[in-house]
Amino acid sequence: MSAREAILGRIKQSLNVSGDDAGRKHTVKSRLETHPRHTIPERGQLDLEGRIGLLAEILEGQSASIAPVAKIADVPEEILRYLRGHGLAPALRIGENPVLRPLDWERAKLEVAAGAADTHTLTGCSTAFCAIAESGTLMLLSGPQNPATLNYLPDNHIVVLKREDVLASYEEGWDKMRARGADIPRNVNYISGPSRTADIEQTIFLGAHGPRRLHVVMVK
Amino acid sequence: MVKKKKSPAPDAIRIGLFVTCLADLFRPSVAFAAVKLLENAGCIVEVPETQTCCGQPAYNSGDEAGAKALARNVVSAFESFEYVIAPSGSCAAMIRVHYPELLKDDPQFGARAVDLADKTYELISFLTGTLGVRGVDMKLDARATYHDSCSGMRELGIKAQPRTLLASIDGLELRELTDPNACCGFGGAFSVKYPDISGKIVSVKTKDIGDTGAKLLLGSDLGCLMNIAGRLKREGSDVEVRHVAEVLAGELAAPPIGEGD
Amino acid sequence: MLAGTGNFTENTRKALEDAALQKALGNVKRGFIAKRAKARAALPEFETLRDEAKEIKIHTLAHMDLYLARYEAQVKRAGGQVHWARDSGQARRIIAGICKAAGAKSVTKGKSMITEEIGLNRYLQAQGYEVVETDLGEYLIQIRGETPSHIIAPAVHLNKEQVETDFRSHHKNLPPERPLSKVSDLVNEARQVLREKFVNADVGITGANFLIAETGQSVIVTNEGNGDLTQTLPRVHIVAASLEKVVPTLEDASTLIRILARSATGQDISTYTTFTSGPKREQDLDGPEEFHVVLLDNGRSGLPGGEFEDMLRCIRCGACLNHCPVYQSVGGHAYGSVYPGPMGSVLTPLLQGVSEARHLPHACTLCGRCEAVCPVRIPLPAMLRRWRMRDFAKKPPLAKAKLGLKLWVFLARHPALYRLITTPVIKILALTGGRKGRICALPFGGAWTDQRDLPAPQGTSFMARWRKGERP
Repeated sequence: MSAREAILGRIKQSLNVSGDDAGRKHTVKSRLETHPRHTIPERGQLDLEGRIGLLAEILEGQSASIAPVAKIADVPEEILRYLRGHGLAPALRIGENPVLRPLDWERAKLEVAAGAADTHTLTGCSTAFCAIAESGTLMLLSGPQNPATLNYLPDNHIVVLKREDVLASYEEGWDKMRARGADIPRNVNYISGPSRTADIEQTIFLGAHGPRRLHVVMVK
Repeated sequence: MVKKKKSPAPDAIRIGLFVTCLADLFRPSVAFAAVKLLENAGCIVEVPETQTCCGQPAYNSGDEAGAKALARNVVSAFESFEYVIAPSGSCAAMIRVHYPELLKDDPQFGARAVDLADKTYELISFLTGTLGVRGVDMKLDARATYHDSCSGMRELGIKAQPRTLLASIDGLELRELTDPNACCGFGGAFSVKYPDISGKIVSVKTKDIGDTGAKLLLGSDLGCLMNIAGRLKREGSDVEVRHVAEVLAGELAAPPIGEGD
Repeated sequence: MLAGTGNFTENTRKALEDAALQKALGNVKRGFIAKRAKARAALPEFETLRDEAKEIKIHTLAHMDLYLARYEAQVKRAGGQVHWARDSGQARRIIAGICKAAGAKSVTKGKSMITEEIGLNRYLQAQGYEVVETDLGEYLIQIRGETPSHIIAPAVHLNKEQVETDFRSHHKNLPPERPLSKVSDLVNEARQVLREKFVNADVGITGANFLIAETGQSVIVTNEGNGDLTQTLPRVHIVAASLEKVVPTLEDASTLIRILARSATGQDISTYTTFTSGPKREQDLDGPEEFHVVLLDNGRSGLPGGEFEDMLRCIRCGACLNHCPVYQSVGGHAYGSVYPGPMGSVLTPLLQGVSEARHLPHACTLCGRCEAVCPVRIPLPAMLRRWRMRDFAKKPPLAKAKLGLKLWVFLARHPALYRLITTPVIKILALTGGRKGRICALPFGGAWTDQRDLPAPQGTSFMARWRKGERP
């Protein structure tokens, strides 16, 4: 008997069920198909203004920063401003990102490299699929447009987020993902601040392995 | 406000006092205080002769058969009363919370254990809850702090009740511990099975008590109070330790726990 | 491969005398408890979410076979492989087999209690692999040759001076005069050293906080981002997870995520929560080429429907450790088991047999604070009591404590005899207490009087005084 059969068999034995109980199967099938929601906290049910306020409040509380811009074309300028403000090199790396690629990076005198990050990448830039206000979380989908290494290897991570994509709860994020219709990506990444550790004497220190800084550019 | 002893009305509540073995053997003044508080509230208090121990030491040590035997004793001794009251959260919780589970497969005692559980209460919560007592007519100039015993607090929800009654004592100032939810390290047999750990835990508690600046520690479980008092005295502390019922009833003739004349 | 638990009493004595450890444990208490309390206060729905989380787990356990099968099918659909392991040995062999087939030399690891449970590191190292823990806390204890002392804060027992000493002796190729006295120096050095390991690793191994049946995703939560680097950079990604990690849907996982970090560190959510399914997709620019899940049983399949079923609800937040007076006093290593604290004292006897872990269920005051803070409301004290009952039934009949208890129960069952015997005892104790009202040393009561005085009885029992007609 394979380990698989042995383990599943023992579970059924423990539960005192047979494998082909139609009632149990139906219960499971329906739970998976209808994926019912549980209680969503009030803080996960705010209107757009409330959501944006909560998102910014939590992110800033986690030592991230957030800056609004009026239109997508303003993104390079804002990024330049941010990098200069922190004394960082005017260079960044983006994936095969259909939103970011066409922007006029040259006008802002930003040097843009393409592809996944390596250990020399100082600043990575991605687009968020949406944000979850209730916990101050950015939800990113991995893929050629947003290679996951851009989120974790560089010292600085900049995420471009559309204002109307600031959702209230995790559940809204999942519904949006399901509505894409496509297969799920390898990674769905929730990012709620720069990397941190409290492993030495419970002292919080930013930039443990991942980015030391997280900056969100929110586009109207 | 309960002023003084009333003569019981014809329809007075008839209570069986579960003295608890520690109050019986070590500190009868607690049981006398309990009687006084209940009688002052108009109850008739009786003390069944056949009571001994609720079985907690056996239950918590894994002696299921011993615990069941003692539980059956208690059920038989107390089931004829309207209410059963114990001046201890852990003994009351043993009867209220654990007897039904312990005796659930006992054809003779299962249902009776549930009935007994329903009418068993810890003294202070019974006074404030069922009897609606809101205060006592007492004066005591003291700065006190309160130790919430784990069983009473977590199994019976006793937290505000003793504070409500203590607040009515003229002259008593109550200062809270910084970590009032922390165990004192008694844990019954634990205290002698793992004396080093128990000693460490109680030393954290005595430090917390000392830091409040209180000179009187109150609580409602003699096990915890004997543990804390024993440690305070070992450390040379002048903080006095008493069962809350003694203070509420004004039964202060006996020296505090762990102190002499 | 669990460490022996037999020397518990000796371990605790050492722990209590260890000043550095005691200081570190003070941090645990102040930090975690206050942070959880704050997070709970900030979310009015917290208690409701706990109830729902418990129900989610109960539902899942009752249909565990079906959800696991669905999870497996979804992983396969995403291009991954699922390996079932009956016990630690089989899990170790499967993982080593994957490493071998991949031609691997070096392995990086995200934080995983399951790989601690199966003793993976030593096994892989013995086969010549370089194995590097990348969670900072895990790395600190790895270079010291220690096991985690806490399930979410594995190096919580260390102070920064100890870490400095370890780094100086371990990172020999760095300049000896470099400054290392600050936490920032230490974290930066670890970042620098581990970067290289991340990039050069052939295989990355992570654990999983949840396995989602609906989508075939495994979920990891970290604050450092080390888990993501571990699972993204190497060519092969292995997830090591135990059976009970499965949950039905993304909605179920969302509810559990809402209570996990709040219970653990007091955060609304950990900095990084990552949902992963399968290897890199065809168009992806990064990510592993192979994706494996090793599903560990190790006795868990026998638990549903039984006395210890509730333990499978555990989401490993560590709140029960943080709030436990015994854990706060002696730390995690004293337990001598992979999982310390209340959850460990219930789980360890299940994993390695009650005779090996006999002390653990007794080393608890039954204060109940663990159950009060458990996000999925596991009745830990009741289960510890259950272990005690099993142990009591087994113990040699003349053990001293058991004999004393039997005597007490016998007397308590015979009230007349009980009074006959106790009357002189309390009389003698009262006389011994004398005018001080307490006893500082007792011939057979050293376990009590070593630590505290014994308050003396008042002399005559209440029952005797009541019978004589004494009234308040």
